[in-house]
Amino acid sequence: MSEILVFSEVKQNKLDSSTGELLSAGQKLSKELNIPLSIIIFNATDSLKDEARQWGADNIYTANDQLLESSIDEVYLEALQQVCAFVNPSVILAAKTSLGRNVAARIAYRLNSSVAQDCIDISGDEKTGKITVTRPVYGGNARAKFTFNGTATKVAILRVKSFECPEQNISKVSEVHQINIKIDKSKLKLNLVDTVKQESKGIKLEEASVIVGGGRGLGGPEPFKHLEELAKILNGAVGASRAVCDAGWLDHSYQIGLTGKTVTPELYITIGISGASQHMAGCSSSKNIVAINKDEDANIFKAANFGVIGDWETILPSFTKTIRELIDS
Amino acid sequence: MNIIVCVKQVIDPDTPISAFVVDEIQKKVIPAQGISPVINGYCENAVEAALQIKEASGGGTITVLSLGTKFVMDVMKKPLSMGADNMVLIQDELTLNLDSFGIVKALAAAINKIGTADMVICGQQASDWDNAHIPLGISETLQIPCITSVLKIHMSDHKVRAHSALPDGYQVFETQTPALITVNNLYGEPRYPTLRGIMQASRKTPEIWSLSDLGLSGSDLEPSIELTELSIPISSGNCEMIKGENDVDTGRLLALKLREEKII
Repeated sequence: MSEILVFSEVKQNKLDSSTGELLSAGQKLSKELNIPLSIIIFNATDSLKDEARQWGADNIYTANDQLLESSIDEVYLEALQQVCAFVNPSVILAAKTSLGRNVAARIAYRLNSSVAQDCIDISGDEKTGKITVTRPVYGGNARAKFTFNGTATKVAILRVKSFECPEQNISKVSEVHQINIKIDKSKLKLNLVDTVKQESKGIKLEEASVIVGGGRGLGGPEPFKHLEELAKILNGAVGASRAVCDAGWLDHSYQIGLTGKTVTPELYITIGISGASQHMAGCSSSKNIVAINKDEDANIFKAANFGVIGDWETILPSFTKTIRELIDS
Repeated sequence: MNIIVCVKQVIDPDTPISAFVVDEIQKKVIPAQGISPVINGYCENAVEAALQIKEASGGGTITVLSLGTKFVMDVMKKPLSMGADNMVLIQDELTLNLDSFGIVKALAAAINKIGTADMVICGQQASDWDNAHIPLGISETLQIPCITSVLKIHMSDHKVRAHSALPDGYQVFETQTPALITVNNLYGEPRYPTLRGIMQASRKTPEIWSLSDLGLSGSDLEPSIELTELSIPISSGNCEMIKGENDVDTGRLLALKLREEKII
């Protein structure tokens, strides 16, 4: 007991940056609670263990099973349950990825413990042992703090990009423990028949560092080609508000917001987006927001760092032209 | 095919921010005057999924299940007017104190009490507290298979085949009933109620259960996590407005500003 266990995820044979963020949050919590920081890496290679060491893990647990090669929630859930039986962590940290959020929430119910989803901050108090998390709720309109009760394992699922990924230079002398697990295939309830990858054109919204977003104010699907042009110059992606997708101007894969994607770019340029809370819920963690809107009372200006009131049809061409010149020079 | 759809009544997420008020002492959101609550968006997608499955299977019953205190019946009846058959409401002041574990216990107990469900369908998450783990908890408690973010589903007899969305594609799973699926907006638009549907719904009376009807009492439902603070985040409110001689000039100045601030 009394350790923090990070549920790691691997992408392209490297620890995912979201795992780095968990270790960053975990280091802070580990200091506050004065308990060690551990990580579980399934089917770990030496280079993955090195990465975890450089990111500051005190203990590295590894567990292997061939079934973990395919990314199935249920398989990871079974594996994590067996790991928890061995480690008995007081806190589990997982990232709000499609795998992490499902596995972590379900393990909380299996362990009959407690869970907080979509946390943007976490802190601990060594004296009381209490852990408090901060979560945006009501589509980001409100902010809630929750404190875990009791002694059962506390599961916190952290929003991706809420914590800075640490520099990989901490060079800890981590202890490595191999845990023997066995996934019983006959116990699995789902049978994975097929995995279909859909190549997205260009840069993915969730991963883009620059996003150009369009709203109802654009008046139709046609102007989005100008947004595409700007996004291309900035090596970014195009997004849209719900109104745009509901109207069928773009399909729902472009939708940013409460019922769409959550994005965290360095720069989010919005054009004709009013900034309804629905939409802001998906982009409020953007580092810089630029708003071009003709309505000076638009809510987007409350969240934006830079704003322009006016007609996008004349502003956008000269903006794009100047950006192109600046990038080219 | 008997289906239970869990739905939630929420504050309209399109409520203007100016009308969004929090009572920080009670740690509650105060519903805006004159803006009626709605059925959570993803829950309407769940109702749509249930209706499509029922239509494809040629029969069965869709029971809508919800938990809360201040139900607005005109709002809650929307799934019935879309075509669902029955409704069960767990209506109990004690539900106000429940955390997600308590809510899961109550919903799972109600699903057992309704009985004979081949399929439980839930919206992936609610737009108010955004927990996104109630459906997962229900599947764990009932120990039934769970497929999340379903895009497409096909059922024959006791076999389920469903497409589950991934960030870069989808997985195709097969399983057996009873099972639980979650859906979101990617499933497809929920249908509008027809006039006939609205008339039929108006004649239906939801069954009301309390927590004690489900055999649950206070001690079963101690919260494991406690809301200690609820507030409206202070917006930075320091948007720097860029204004040139005309719109063309403004566009140019905006670009230069972003370069000056090293943002591009």
